[in-house]
Amino acid sequence: MTESVSESVATSGPPRVPVTVGVNGVSVSRQVEPRSVLVDFLREDLGLTGTKVSCELQVCGVCTVLVDGRPVSACTFLTADADGADVTTVEGLSDGQTLHPLQESFVDHFALQCGFCTPGFLMMSKALLDGDEVPDREAIVEHLEGNICRCTGYEPIVEAVEHVAEKLRGGPHG
Amino acid sequence: MTTAAFGEPIARLEDPRLLTGQGRFLDDIGHQALAAAFVRSPHAHARIVDIDVSAAVDVEGLVAVYTHEDLDGRVGEPLPLLIPHAALTHGRTAYALAKDEVNHVGEPIVMVVATDRYVAEDVCDRIVVTYDFLPPVVGIEAARSAELLVHDDVPGNVSAHLVQSRGDVEAALAGAPHVLELDLDIERSASTPLEGKGVHARWDADDASLRVYTSTQASTSVRAALAARLELPLDRVEVIAPDVGGGFGVKIVHPWPEEVVVPWAAIRLGREVKWTEDRREHFVGATHERGQLQHVEVGFDDDGRLLGLDVTVWHDNGAYTPYGIIVPIVTTTQLLGPYKPEAYRAEFFSLYTNTVTVTPYRGAGRPQGCFAMERTMDAVAAYLGLDRTVVRERNFIRPDEMPYDHGLIFQDGRPLIYDSGDYPATLEKLKKLVGWDEFEAFRAEARAAGRRVGIGIACYVEGTGVGPYEGGWVKVETDGTVVAATGLTTQGQGHKTAFAQVVASELGVPVERVQVTTGDTRRFGYAVGTFASRAAVMSGNALASAARKVRDKALRIAGEALEADPRDLEIVDGVVRVVGSPPSAPGSSIPLATVAVLANPLRYAFDREAERATQFGGPVDYSKPPVAEGDSPGLEDTGYYSPPRSTFANGMHAAIVETDPDTAEITILRYCVVHDCGRLINPRIVEGQIHGGVAQGVGGALYERMVYDDAGQLLNASFMDFLMPYATEVPVVETDHLETPSPLNPLGIKGAGEAGVIPGSAVLASAISDAEGFAITRMPISPSDLFSLRLAQESR
Repeated sequence: MTESVSESVATSGPPRVPVTVGVNGVSVSRQVEPRSVLVDFLREDLGLTGTKVSCELQVCGVCTVLVDGRPVSACTFLTADADGADVTTVEGLSDGQTLHPLQESFVDHFALQCGFCTPGFLMMSKALLDGDEVPDREAIVEHLEGNICRCTGYEPIVEAVEHVAEKLRGGPHG
Repeated sequence: MTTAAFGEPIARLEDPRLLTGQGRFLDDIGHQALAAAFVRSPHAHARIVDIDVSAAVDVEGLVAVYTHEDLDGRVGEPLPLLIPHAALTHGRTAYALAKDEVNHVGEPIVMVVATDRYVAEDVCDRIVVTYDFLPPVVGIEAARSAELLVHDDVPGNVSAHLVQSRGDVEAALAGAPHVLELDLDIERSASTPLEGKGVHARWDADDASLRVYTSTQASTSVRAALAARLELPLDRVEVIAPDVGGGFGVKIVHPWPEEVVVPWAAIRLGREVKWTEDRREHFVGATHERGQLQHVEVGFDDDGRLLGLDVTVWHDNGAYTPYGIIVPIVTTTQLLGPYKPEAYRAEFFSLYTNTVTVTPYRGAGRPQGCFAMERTMDAVAAYLGLDRTVVRERNFIRPDEMPYDHGLIFQDGRPLIYDSGDYPATLEKLKKLVGWDEFEAFRAEARAAGRRVGIGIACYVEGTGVGPYEGGWVKVETDGTVVAATGLTTQGQGHKTAFAQVVASELGVPVERVQVTTGDTRRFGYAVGTFASRAAVMSGNALASAARKVRDKALRIAGEALEADPRDLEIVDGVVRVVGSPPSAPGSSIPLATVAVLANPLRYAFDREAERATQFGGPVDYSKPPVAEGDSPGLEDTGYYSPPRSTFANGMHAAIVETDPDTAEITILRYCVVHDCGRLINPRIVEGQIHGGVAQGVGGALYERMVYDDAGQLLNASFMDFLMPYATEVPVVETDHLETPSPLNPLGIKGAGEAGVIPGSAVLASAISDAEGFAITRMPISPSDLFSLRLAQESR
């Protein structure tokens, strides 16, 4: 057994690098370890725990955030590489008390159960809907191919995104 | 707003929090906590010779390193065997930290506590454990042959051997006109929730109390286990399941090693300590399920009626048996599905292997049982040249035979008696939904176009709502808010919504006004847990009972205030009123909020509303005490539901698949479900459970398998290598349903949580066999598996 009776605050520690990141519209500057990954920076340094972690290998999509509008897996994206970038997380999706249309549509379509994968699906879907083309169902399924949901069986999620896309297009639900 | 909430497909009350990043999952709690990490065995079977931490001790930020010899008192004992059974003659459980020997890759040996997880893992990397290798037992064949043993003192690697029977199977088989034998094989899979396990503990030295957050399916039982292990009074321990990111069975196991040693370390160190399981840890340090070999002997007459069914199951229980033998018991009892063979005998051997321990995963042994039964039904139909649905129908238990006693003992220790269900009607609906009778025309059309298609069917009956009991507490606050609590936990089933619907309907209040808490021992201490599709049945009925008591009390108090007979009163939209009176008629109604004020006679007024309940506040009968004898203050009550036995839901699935003649790629063209889980509280939530279950069933049939090599290494312990279905793989699920109420509980409901997954492998094996023209006996099946089977068929 090893037990340190008084835990000392690190005075030296590993080297740090300075980063300045725009997070949900607010500029933050911090010193981070070079090995710090973006999801830990968001969750631990900034307290933005909406972004979750699951596979730690960028294959499940749970930790998806937008970096300069592009979806990335925050579990493997180095914080240092986000220096100077704008990062959007699930906390930045709604406008105050007003839910984003995707969030509303997820409620209406029962597109979540445990809710753990949901922030990733929302951010991945936002990236798609922010693009130039309004996607059809096939494009939505294709785009969400990197996100795992273990609860819903996906259909409600696809329908929820499709509904928002149709509204954008001024389609039957618009 | 509506009070008619039961049965309505209302939106889930929990969604806005979860959609805006406000959910509080385990790792979102305890920001200031120290982090724990574990050194785990890289070997499947070995003796621990030495643990050298000398290279680790000077890492900055290290707080503590613990091994088994540090675990004092009961913390150092083997973990509990949760469900003992007379047939489990050789049950074995692990230590919280391995003592002397490890029995699977991933078994925890050393716990490190440090200022953050990065540092804790740095320390783990510097700890050197020296092992003496032992040859591992990997796979059921190796376990069965018993050339090597997992535990030296367990002969034959057999933890349990159980035989159940009804009638004389031997005679039935000997006298049957036709007898067939089948050998079947189901591989391992796992629950694989997207959030792994995790535990956070905080010791309050001033209060001498422990608060533990854990991602569990059984917080009250974790509490009892921790109090016992840590030798604390139960009332000094609080356990809370926060938002839980999926469970699917794996989180019913408790206490996990980490669930014991993290709180233990928090007490020792006087600091918050947290451990969050990473993905690889979950693959090798949690639990798996499904793996079985089965041998079936079936005797039947010329019409396909089963005269005798004899099933032997070799069940891989992995390295330890913390959850007893529930899985093989469920397999061998639920195997019968909707059928009634004249004689039945089921025997199982539960076998140790040097692999991750096996405990229930959604379905809990039923998918394997369904696979055995349904493969058998298809075999009988093929042998006799009969339609597969005809053979099934001829063996169905008829509605007028309900309740039907199988003469066996179910997993709750009670008789296996089906309470209700209409199997012929279910089949009829399914045939119509999938177009069973029109399929041959479609097949001919497809064949003409060079395509290969097949249709499959599988039926199941699922024992749900397993006891012993659940409880519920309902209280009307003085602002009219209704708070309710039940002790079982939630992992995404929408309990806060469904239970609010039950309470709102019983009480007569808008559903938006009901706030439900689950899985928090501070709010409700008596509970069992969330498993076996039991939450809606158990806590639904318990909360309904509590709400009814509260309603009766509200009517009584309102009757006194309104000078009316309580029998003439009703509660509508949170207002007590004389039946049929207009809402605003003076003197004929009183808000439930005011009744709540009156229900608690006060000495002191703290606001205007409370004045009414004080001694000079209003007209009262001064000849009676303020709180009547036998009554209690407050508009609240508690109710329990304890069923005589399980209630049995049922369903049938049909699938149409296409198999590529060249590449053997398997595509699901259609997937149809007809299910019957009694009365529905919220149809959309039930549908979500079915759809999610089907996705896991498809995963188990076509993609998910745990690949162990001969050394006991799990080769695909990551989401990169363990295939799960994505949006591109799960078919659109077409559903229809029946609502045959359960006579066993007041709400008439049956469980639905596991239903969707049960027939997945059976129905897809049936469809693929139909497409290919030969029987599939091993699942899951990949395109390369199917390709190999084709080659083997050609060379026969």
